[in-house]
Amino acid sequence: MMFVPGNNPGMMADAHIYGPDSIMLDLEDSVTMAEKDAARLLVYNALKSIDYGSTEMVVRINPLSTPYGRKDVEAVVKAGVDVVRMPKTETADEVRELEAEILKVEEEIGCPGRTQIMAAIESALGVVNAYEIATASKRMMGIALGAEDYSANLKTQRTPGGAELLLARETIVVAARAAGIACFDTVYSNLDDMDTFRAEVQLIKTLGFDGKSIINPRQIEVVNEVFTPTEKEILKARTIIAAIRDAQAKGSGVVSVNGKMVDRPVVIRAERTIALAVAAGIIDKEEMI
Amino acid sequence: MELKNAVAGTLESGDIMIQIGPAAQGLSIELDSSVEAQFGRQIRSLIAETLQGLGIEKAQVKAVDKGALDCTIRARVTAAAVRATGKDVWKD
Repeated sequence: MMFVPGNNPGMMADAHIYGPDSIMLDLEDSVTMAEKDAARLLVYNALKSIDYGSTEMVVRINPLSTPYGRKDVEAVVKAGVDVVRMPKTETADEVRELEAEILKVEEEIGCPGRTQIMAAIESALGVVNAYEIATASKRMMGIALGAEDYSANLKTQRTPGGAELLLARETIVVAARAAGIACFDTVYSNLDDMDTFRAEVQLIKTLGFDGKSIINPRQIEVVNEVFTPTEKEILKARTIIAAIRDAQAKGSGVVSVNGKMVDRPVVIRAERTIALAVAAGIIDKEEMI
Repeated sequence: MELKNAVAGTLESGDIMIQIGPAAQGLSIELDSSVEAQFGRQIRSLIAETLQGLGIEKAQVKAVDKGALDCTIRARVTAAAVRATGKDVWKD
């Protein structure tokens, strides 16, 4: 998910050319208070006019507690955004308040239920309430960690190893999995240190995240490299899936592949490997079946 | 509709800066664009159409275009008009 400032028309026009899975146009922290009105109009008109193809379009709105939040919702829902990202989410009630606001606009334009919600968790209270937030609405498609505000709230600093974020990251992944929605890691803002960025992407993939937030197209390649399964992993996954299908045809739910027991959890991991390979475009969807 | 002087947009690549102010009659549009020869008529027409859509028939407009897309022109003209009239296009 690539973050793009909502008041920069040049970046907004070009962002999809680099092939991110998702673009998040930002009306919140990257836009000064004096430019909130202009950025909202830019984002509205960009969403209505620019062909972003199959890229998922997300807009980070201002909190509903500010004078800008409700106008942001009206603009982006009327423009047909896929996902509204709610910043600094701390409670399930805040998600329900946003849901009601979205529904009001959707009913006005005759498309109730179209817009999804993503909640950014950026405080200790948000982490404590992660599962309630993740399950607050049927529109919830994901939760995401916002590490800068979270670190400030914890009264600590971000470090290259990310020790200060470990509990939040694990809590967010567990809450998302329990709720059956996606989870996205925070941004890494030092573009001159791609080694630490790569290590961070590897860490969050291991923790179970579905993706990484990025701030520059240069980071896309690293994320895709880390998340795309290797040929060896794909071959292993295919062997496992073929073996378990063969076993199931013979009435068994367990089988041995290369001397190792294969049961349901192993098959689920193999299926995820294939799904990631399909998403990365390195194998065809038909090959999944 | 009564207008104050207002401005929206920047001089960055891909953007357009719109200055708008009151006029005694009609719309006057002064355009500075590196693509004036190819797109000048279209840009002026889009500015006029956007303002008329907002109920503004009398205004002086200065536009400095840096290769803005139509959607950007529409957004910047609307932002300048909203600032000049004090009348927002969204609900309060």
